[in-house]
Amino acid sequence: MAEFALPKNSKIQQGKRFPAKPGAKNVREFRVYRWNPEDGANPRIDTYEVDLATCGPMVLDALIKIKNEIDPTLTFRRSCREGICGSCAMNIDGTNTLACTRAIEDCSKGDVPIYPLPHMAVVKDLVPDLTHFYAQYASIKPWLRTQSAAPAKEHLQSKQDRAKLDGLYECILCACCSTACPSYWWNGDRYLGPAILLQAYRWIVDSRDEDTGERLDALEDPFKLYRCHTIMNCTRTCPKGLNPAKAIAEIKKLMVERRS
Amino acid sequence: MSAYKIQEHEYDMIVVGAGGSGLRATFGLAAKGLKTVCITKVFPTRSHTVAAQGGISAALGNMGEDDWRYHYYDTIKGSDWLGDQDAIEYMCKEAPAAIIELEHYGLPFSRTEEGKIYQRPFGGMTTKYGEGPPAQRTCAAADRTGHAMLHTLYQQSLAHDAQFMIEYFALDLIWDAEGVCRGVLALDMAEGTLHLFRGHGVVLATGGYGRAFFSATSAHTCTGDGGGLVLRSGLALQDMEFVQFHPTGIYGAGCLITEGVRGEGGILRNSSGERFMERYAPHYKDLASRDVVSRSMTIEIREGRGVGEHHDHLLLDLTHLGPEVIHEKLPGIAESARIFANVDVTRQPIPVLPTVHYNMGGIPTNYHGEVVQRVGGNPDHVVPGLYAIGEAACVSVHGGNRLGSNSLLDLVVFGRAVANRCAETIKPGALHKQLPASACDKALANLDKLRNANGSSPTAEIRLNMQRTMQADAAVFRTAKTLTEGCQKMAKVFSSFEDVKVSDRSLVWNSDLIETYELQNLLYNAVATINSAEQRKESRGAHAREDFPERDDENWQKHTLVKVDESGKSSFDFRPVHMFTLTDEVAVVPPAKRVY
Repeated sequence: MAEFALPKNSKIQQGKRFPAKPGAKNVREFRVYRWNPEDGANPRIDTYEVDLATCGPMVLDALIKIKNEIDPTLTFRRSCREGICGSCAMNIDGTNTLACTRAIEDCSKGDVPIYPLPHMAVVKDLVPDLTHFYAQYASIKPWLRTQSAAPAKEHLQSKQDRAKLDGLYECILCACCSTACPSYWWNGDRYLGPAILLQAYRWIVDSRDEDTGERLDALEDPFKLYRCHTIMNCTRTCPKGLNPAKAIAEIKKLMVERRS
Repeated sequence: MSAYKIQEHEYDMIVVGAGGSGLRATFGLAAKGLKTVCITKVFPTRSHTVAAQGGISAALGNMGEDDWRYHYYDTIKGSDWLGDQDAIEYMCKEAPAAIIELEHYGLPFSRTEEGKIYQRPFGGMTTKYGEGPPAQRTCAAADRTGHAMLHTLYQQSLAHDAQFMIEYFALDLIWDAEGVCRGVLALDMAEGTLHLFRGHGVVLATGGYGRAFFSATSAHTCTGDGGGLVLRSGLALQDMEFVQFHPTGIYGAGCLITEGVRGEGGILRNSSGERFMERYAPHYKDLASRDVVSRSMTIEIREGRGVGEHHDHLLLDLTHLGPEVIHEKLPGIAESARIFANVDVTRQPIPVLPTVHYNMGGIPTNYHGEVVQRVGGNPDHVVPGLYAIGEAACVSVHGGNRLGSNSLLDLVVFGRAVANRCAETIKPGALHKQLPASACDKALANLDKLRNANGSSPTAEIRLNMQRTMQADAAVFRTAKTLTEGCQKMAKVFSSFEDVKVSDRSLVWNSDLIETYELQNLLYNAVATINSAEQRKESRGAHAREDFPERDDENWQKHTLVKVDESGKSSFDFRPVHMFTLTDEVAVVPPAKRVY
């Protein structure tokens, strides 16, 4: 069998250990991926011992405690700390999720491994480069497109039609699902991935939108849509409980329907 | 300072910040043919507008009689007569069109049976000039209205030809010798490179500074950067003593639970299960305005009727609403309560506490979004080239206390207003005047100092000292004693920044450096806030002085202007409240006793 190895400069090395202060009562180890593009060194795993007795309940609380009290160079994105802005998406304990809504006690026993979102270029430490992901979002033209003249007041939309947007509009563009998808890992340059397809479907199914045909045409492509092989990692990992796999399936169904 | 290489960019307009108001301004300006760039320290949909829950107000009258003039009256009363009535008239009159515009952009509003935009009751929103039943005026997308709105506005920005510089941090404003704002010096966080954005106008849309306090609903990124830039430029901020405590932050975590919960029928209860708001606001009860509810809650806790081991919080009960209403109208807070309070809201009440939420004060502007200062006898002198909108600004439409759901409205109305104003006053593609050679010197000196700062106090330590001081001494209730002590403590914390230690010496994504800049901005805002609070010797809106419990219109119906110099010393001036309207469609509302 063929053996694959990482290039030399990508091999992850053992990094520093930051022991807890003496007297710490309830110590948990956080093993965090570190990489600084400026120092020429390989990526490494630093180990931080955190006293949970003086730490908030979430993984983000631990990361902030590390940054505030142990190592100010640790770099990660964060903002709302309540699971709505999507900044702190990362791979925690083997799962892509939001650090702010992931409870430390829900991580499996032992140390807590923390890596950046998988298979994205790393800018530094836990900060991935999401430029391409955002460009893919822009590529689906995610805004209401109509031909008829706008009404003087709001478009009327029945409660039933509005309900079709539930489970879609709540997406926070954290990229947990796309970066959990093996198809996206392989073909992320051309496959739109679950997050963006969920958003594409959000507009396809909006009763107010009048550009459905155009939207479906734009997805009729061997890569953009059909690289989804219903692996379902997206739905499994979504920190907001959304179901991108289902949205993708619905798009595929619409594609079949309009061909017949 | 030549050691730093600076890349120059020329635009017609520069917007700093990509929350609700920044985005509305950005694509509004682009749509008017002005070459516009938006500089933002976070990707637009990460901005804190995303966390707004309950809704956006407008007298659409979809769910009962309403009139924008009722909205106008409520907003003035909510402001405790510190709001400028011309600006309030403008906002409330523009509101219905602003909502329809958002709907046309695709915002997924919840719907009524007839398919119209769903509207819910909110605190302080009434009918018939405070005489009628509560108004159903707050347009909602379940309890995720801010998220829906911010994403909609970003989507519109993509539909327009606006340029975004994402994860660029604004270091300082750039001025010419005549005192005209000519641009912004910014740091590209991903590359660690410096960029001078030159423009004919700079719009500050940088949001609030909730993180000056220890416990706030605000995001970590709400660090008052615009206010910091303005104060460091030697200009004054306005009404900084008015800090809104939201009645229902989750106890401990501080996360927001929307007022929409009470709008949908949720009830605040004390340790004996009593609906205590009946005693404080007999008519509107739990739907009195936020300052009133937060004070009532604080009194309940102080008088020993709090719940929990330390009797230090209260309960928000929505168990009687039933799972269907909660699922349809309040799914987001059900999720938040489960995650952050371990509560199933269909069966248990949520532990809550008044939590710092919103800054009524900010950069003084007129209703076009132009920054104004008092210059000599003119209280409305326009600062050329500088604009401010959203929570960063003080128009002032919120005065001493903002009504819930007026904030999202403020964002889109004044974001649009500033774009319209600039379209009238700025010619696309006009030539940029030569900048003085020294224009960036001050900004670079500050950068050099902070980048190499090697004192003994880490950024996080100074920040914590500031947050604890502000939390203790600029709280819901204030006295001369706490405020004087607070001013002294804040002065010490401010000067300790001279001894700050930045550990990260790298250039790429140096969040230690960014947090230090943010701390510098927060410190200026915090000093301005606590000193403004100390000097205002009355109680009005969110500013409650126990030693001056009454409102004093004769001496204090005026806007505070505060400057903070480099040593942290504050100085004060005042502007009159605009007690006039733009048209004769509404009458000036004279001050009256505020009862809910």
